[in-house]
Amino acid sequence: MSELLEDILVLDFSQFLSGPYASLRLSDMGARVIKIERPVIGDLCRTLYVSDVKIDGGESTIFHAINRNKESLAADIKKETELEKIKKLIRKADILIHNFRPGVMERIGLEYETVRQLNPAIIYAEISGYGEKGEWKSFPGQDLLLQSVSGITYLSGNQTDQPTPMGVAAADILAGTHLVQGILAAMFSRFDSGEGALVQVSMLESLIDFQFEVLTCFFNDGYALPDRSAVNNGHAYIAAPYGVYQTADGYIALAMGSIPLLGQLLQCDLLCSYDQPSEWFNKRDEIKLILKDHLLTKSTKEWLHVLEPADIWCSDVFDYNTLLKSEGYTVLDMEQQVFSGNKKIKTTRCPVRVDGKVLKSAKGAPALGEHTLAIEKEFEL
Amino acid sequence: MHLPLKGIVVLEFSQYLSGPCAGLRLADLGAHVIKIERPQKGEAGRKLAIKNLWAGESSLLFHTINRNKDSFTADLNDADDMKWIKLLIREADIITHNFRPGIMEKKGLHYEAVKAINPGIIYTEISGYGKEGPWKNKPGQDLLIQSLSGLTHSTGNYHDNPLPFGLGIGDYLCGNQAVQFILAALIRKKKTGQGALLQLSLMETLIDFQFEFFTTYFQSKRHHKRSAINNGHSLLSAPYGIYQTIDGYIAIAMMPLHKLNAAIACEALKQFEEKEAFEKRDEIKAAISTHLLTGTTASWLKKTQPLDLWVMPVLNWRQLKETEGYKVLQMEQKVQLSDKAITTTRCPVRINGQLLLSDKPAPAVGQHTENIKAALSLKL
Repeated sequence: MSELLEDILVLDFSQFLSGPYASLRLSDMGARVIKIERPVIGDLCRTLYVSDVKIDGGESTIFHAINRNKESLAADIKKETELEKIKKLIRKADILIHNFRPGVMERIGLEYETVRQLNPAIIYAEISGYGEKGEWKSFPGQDLLLQSVSGITYLSGNQTDQPTPMGVAAADILAGTHLVQGILAAMFSRFDSGEGALVQVSMLESLIDFQFEVLTCFFNDGYALPDRSAVNNGHAYIAAPYGVYQTADGYIALAMGSIPLLGQLLQCDLLCSYDQPSEWFNKRDEIKLILKDHLLTKSTKEWLHVLEPADIWCSDVFDYNTLLKSEGYTVLDMEQQVFSGNKKIKTTRCPVRVDGKVLKSAKGAPALGEHTLAIEKEFEL
Repeated sequence: MHLPLKGIVVLEFSQYLSGPCAGLRLADLGAHVIKIERPQKGEAGRKLAIKNLWAGESSLLFHTINRNKDSFTADLNDADDMKWIKLLIREADIITHNFRPGIMEKKGLHYEAVKAINPGIIYTEISGYGKEGPWKNKPGQDLLIQSLSGLTHSTGNYHDNPLPFGLGIGDYLCGNQAVQFILAALIRKKKTGQGALLQLSLMETLIDFQFEFFTTYFQSKRHHKRSAINNGHSLLSAPYGIYQTIDGYIAIAMMPLHKLNAAIACEALKQFEEKEAFEKRDEIKAAISTHLLTGTTASWLKKTQPLDLWVMPVLNWRQLKETEGYKVLQMEQKVQLSDKAITTTRCPVRINGQLLLSDKPAPAVGQHTENIKAALSLKL
């Protein structure tokens, strides 16, 4: 953990991934994060809709990955007495995060205007699915659904494939990241103004921003839709050889590069005739078909041995089993052990180094309400 | 409107996407971002086009990533130019670069050297794979890092090749991670006067991006497997995925099978129990797939959405653009070039209900060199 955000207090009302990913990063930066959870159930991510891998006691591995280095206060904020306690805590906080659907915080009585009166310096940060206006505002802000409406499912996979979602919760993670940017920018300007701010991000806006390069292309190119390549698509807008290819014993990734040069190095004469760079895009499927057949004839290692010394942009294709055995992975020191009660859980660390140091903390995810009494005492709630 | 980073100066020695997309966000938040470019040719990203789209001398892609910035040209091997760079460093708050390890050392612009000129500087360096280890000199290109990081095993179906994300997620997310830490370092600097060295790589960024998968793998010792049918997320059970209908596609996220079936009445789905939703997800998804092909997307939405089930239609950009849900977000903005306007997107963050907009275009190579030199001369 770093001390960049030392003495900053974050109250996190959010659930699942988007908001909790934002507060995870703030905690890596040294902020103190208190999850405000419902009694009994808590953050739905603790138990619901998870993989077949669970930690003793039935909690999801995913919950532990997202909520390490945080505290938990259980409170039923629908009860007036409990709400008053939370309001006292809000007076001491720097940042409040929630990702409820529009209208929920208003019903509880913790919408921005009310909270601002309690604490004019607070940074009130909210993530919604689709923004607070419009036909979709009350719809569930769930990652796959956001990917599906955002058009992003037409970028991965091959031309004749179904729309293909990205297999990681990109909308959640990006919205959480953008929220932290807004929070910290507002906190920086608070030094001069003394005033807090309302920071809002929606998952749909985050996914549109993620597509900013290709959407700008769409806007200025007569609204032409993306055309995924038919063979080993890597990026709908990039010429051959860009993609992942099968070899005799595995796979190889090839990024941008000259086709005739590849032809020479791989001893594939058919490629040498494509000497016009414009053909590398216009004829990418036929070029990639030739490559696809040719690369099957030797092992990944043999191809890399030829291509890497020529500084061709290429690499092996790893799964976790192979990645974790590689020196390139171990040298990064990406793993850390955290302790949650008496459970020891291995997870990853924050991806950024500050002043030459990796940021780690042994503090694991809290049990539901684990810190309620201590926090009540400390803040005299 | 008052922008939060007004008065902050950023020197961007970065090229292509990772560093420059960090600079773009800082610019939209109000910082003065100065690209430091080679004389004449400028940043290499100026010549990288997609679909052969150009706006003047530079690609449309470059204009997209570098709007709202200034350009200062300097030959980092030239002593006189380096004098100007060092003067600029004295005035700057933030430096970003994404050269391969060793390059900034060779130019004499590594952190220790820069810190000697300006102790409060926030120095941010982005690499492909970190500064040590066997990959440190490998090209830090997005597809390669997706491939090495295991990410290509998350998308597509079980029998597909490893499948990359069709966007530069490593570059984009790395730039965005950098922005968060730059802002946190600015906050510390405001309190203590202390500068910072921030280091991150595309590889570490993509490992963090997959943190749920890695943590699950560490506990189970089993590699996650994409589902064979309509894979959406390999750690999730049926029905999670995208399904074809008579006239399009529908996305179905997490929900109990009986709730789904109460809405869509699929006979073949009745035989499965909730506890089998992960283990038998391919059979379950096959049953749902066959059934959903018998109706239109609109008919299925009508049956499921009123029950608050987690479903949405699957849209392409043209369809998205026509929806009210898209229009109310006002995500588009125009950037004014000398001879025409380009439509692009805006910053995704709102502060106090305000959109952060700017119509300032990307700079021509060296467009602001003389003005910046004149301003620096006044301070000598």
